[in-house]
Amino acid sequence: MSASAKPIANARSGTGIPSARLITWWVIASEIVIFGGLLASYIMHRVAHPEWAESASHTLTWAGALNTFILLTSSLCAVLAHQAADSHDGPKAAKLLRLTALGGLIFLCVKGYEWTLDIREGFVLSSGGFWSFYYTLAGLHGLHVLAGMIIMLIVAADAAKNEELQRVECIGLYWHFVDIVWIFLFPLLYIAK
Amino acid sequence: MTTETHVDHTNYVKIWAILVALLIVSVLGSMSHVREIVLIAAFGVALVKAYLVAKNFMHINVEKRWVPYLLIVCLLFIAILFAGVAPDVLKHNGLHWSKNPADVLVPSAAGATKNE
Amino acid sequence: MSTHVEHAEPGIFRKYFWSTDHKMIAMQYLFTGMAMALIGGYFAYVFRMQLGFPNQYVPGYGIVTPGRYNALVTMHGSIMIFWVAMPVLIAAFGNFLIPLMVGCDDMAFPRINRLSYQIFLLSVLVLLSSFLVKGGPFGGAWTAYPPLSAVGSYNLTPAGATLWLVAVALEFVAFLLGGINFTVTTMNSRAPGMKMYDIPLVIWMIVLASIIFMCSAGPLIAGAVMLLFDQTMSTGFFDPTRGGDPLLWQHLFWFFGHPEVYVVLLPAMGIVAEIIAVFARKKIFGYKTVLYTTWAVGFLSFVVWAHHQFVAGIDPRMANIFSITTLLISVPITEMVFLYIATLYGGSIHLDTPMLWALGFIAEFMVGGVTGIFLGSSGTDIYLHDTYFVIAHFHYTFVPIAIIAVYGGLTFWYPKMFGRMLNETLGKIHFWGTVIPFNVIFIPLFITGTAGDQRRVYSYALFAEQSRPALQHLRLTSTIALLVMLSFQLIFIFNFFWSLRNGKSAGANPWRSATLEWTVPSPPPHGNFAVMPTVYRGPYEYGLPGGADDYVPQNVPDQAFGDQNS
Repeated sequence: MSASAKPIANARSGTGIPSARLITWWVIASEIVIFGGLLASYIMHRVAHPEWAESASHTLTWAGALNTFILLTSSLCAVLAHQAADSHDGPKAAKLLRLTALGGLIFLCVKGYEWTLDIREGFVLSSGGFWSFYYTLAGLHGLHVLAGMIIMLIVAADAAKNEELQRVECIGLYWHFVDIVWIFLFPLLYIAK
Repeated sequence: MTTETHVDHTNYVKIWAILVALLIVSVLGSMSHVREIVLIAAFGVALVKAYLVAKNFMHINVEKRWVPYLLIVCLLFIAILFAGVAPDVLKHNGLHWSKNPADVLVPSAAGATKNE
Repeated sequence: MSTHVEHAEPGIFRKYFWSTDHKMIAMQYLFTGMAMALIGGYFAYVFRMQLGFPNQYVPGYGIVTPGRYNALVTMHGSIMIFWVAMPVLIAAFGNFLIPLMVGCDDMAFPRINRLSYQIFLLSVLVLLSSFLVKGGPFGGAWTAYPPLSAVGSYNLTPAGATLWLVAVALEFVAFLLGGINFTVTTMNSRAPGMKMYDIPLVIWMIVLASIIFMCSAGPLIAGAVMLLFDQTMSTGFFDPTRGGDPLLWQHLFWFFGHPEVYVVLLPAMGIVAEIIAVFARKKIFGYKTVLYTTWAVGFLSFVVWAHHQFVAGIDPRMANIFSITTLLISVPITEMVFLYIATLYGGSIHLDTPMLWALGFIAEFMVGGVTGIFLGSSGTDIYLHDTYFVIAHFHYTFVPIAIIAVYGGLTFWYPKMFGRMLNETLGKIHFWGTVIPFNVIFIPLFITGTAGDQRRVYSYALFAEQSRPALQHLRLTSTIALLVMLSFQLIFIFNFFWSLRNGKSAGANPWRSATLEWTVPSPPPHGNFAVMPTVYRGPYEYGLPGGADDYVPQNVPDQAFGDQNS
């Protein structure tokens, strides 16, 4: 859609924050309570069930650490894309965004490989409380990675034509948030055994 | 009215290097057998990493003041949820009551009680 | 940025189903919500008939079996809250009013707005499809407590339970998208000059309700995913036989469920504020105090949820804390009601139909609020819990919110929405024909509840300790009053559609109201304002002496009225 079809409402900025970034912050705020509710439920159960430690000892720390590294690196790409967009270099921003999305893809591949190993060992969603939370938490996070990748590729397609560059920062903000969620999932699922 | 907030683009690669170093610290810390070291390596480092990402990548420190407050309020609501639910879900027994019938029916709940 | 582009006349599909215009999306929400209200009302008719005339043939339905009874009450509750109150109060009024009242041409993100309605429509279709599956729609109560809701062999509606859960989750997504859009539009897109305290109260309330919804729905969305896995993938999050904890679901549900009461209450309060200011020709008494009490209510609504669980085996110490917070929240709500009554004092009151509804709201909601005190105190709640007292209390809060205030809003803004006036005589008949039977339905239920009638009982005759034949005439009274109330709704439906063509032409500002939506033609054209307005004053400048008229619209500069307002 061309910029001229946007309503006047979209261009106004009563708060001093552009509407696109403002809505991103509100999305992040609502995501905090979604992940927060799930994480709080997990932590309560985990502390109440010391016997879950045995299940937790089977998770693959190397896979979690590798995925943390991948997401941190993709976050770096996302913020560099924001820098490029600020200097009005759309094609460079697009390239960096696609690199970020590639990071997401590698993340999901590692995740898929890790889950394959888990399932081969017989640990599935219904294998017990810990494994239920393990797959649900990582699965919900994985869905956010997937959604972020798709949006990022759409934003990159526009950015390559130097259009809608303000969106580069917004998708970056979302991506960093998804990164932060993983930063907490990593110790909760892989380290604290 | 200006809608542009000027962001100083810091040296992002440096931040990234610190984050990766912290990641290595937390992995190494997890190999320790001292419970406190593992917990600090896990959650202390995670807090620092999250702070670094929020400050340097999300530029939350140069955003309008109420934005971080908004996010903190959302976290506060989760803390309230935790505080209200924990007495029921996290603790299976109190000082003056117990859930004997449930313990008979549910082996896992009984197991949790024993380990407390 | 250029002004909006003129559109060629779009096809019917693009105009009615693919529009990004906030007014069309508001109409989509309104008519979907009203259609769902008919379904929810029909279900109430069926199960009330079963209670009034046990095990007899119900005209238009047939014989009510025990399983069907469970499904009927579950669907009545879910539909009325999630698919009537939410879409009409927040989405329809929010979509219609926000851009008009803050003075801009559309929502900040029109396509997200359209997506919000499409997801909502999908949730409606998923819910309706559950009527067709084997076992019928979900029958485990609208609160969906596990293990009843988690295990198909307990609730006997396994397919319906899963579809219900998916529909609720989709509905939440729709309102998250819509609510975030409302919030951003109000924060960013206001007309120049409209400061924070120049925003009409109804907009404040809808936005605060959206924010409360956003902050409270998250844990339940997470809980819905967990319950879905419990139902379909044999996990044990909430199933005690597999190491889960059913109390966790109750907490996640009510952490959302109680703020939800205020999510629907606040827009109703806002609608009433607009109406009483216009029809008492007076400034709202203590505009800022109304807002402060709203914020207090918003915050307190997050710390009262466990008063729904006093008999569920929660930690008794927490029951004390939640009793206190529950009683605390009545303080700001009472203050708000006092401020509304103070607005009426000394006003020049015009008893047009919208004003009747607004006054009816205040009176009836107070009954709901006062009876809530008994249920918020853990001592009395243990006796009254799960009786018809709870049902009567709940309906004394929700009927004023979702029926009375909505009728107030509809009759008030109908001229703006459709360009014609509703018939006043029919409107007044409809008002009295709704409010009087409403009290006759629920006052007997306070009595049967206090006498011990349990809720969700299919037929009292089947349970010796529940039978109490002496109460049957009260149950019957309630049923007959419901029939009367439902039949009076036909008058409204007739009035609504008849006036679309035959009503008196409304003009731009039939109620002599000062807010911005009345400065544009009725119905407002695409893009709303021919010239984008600038705001010079607060929204409630009524009852001014000396001028040609007794009010000043928000967009009229000071010099046009001399120094009388300085």
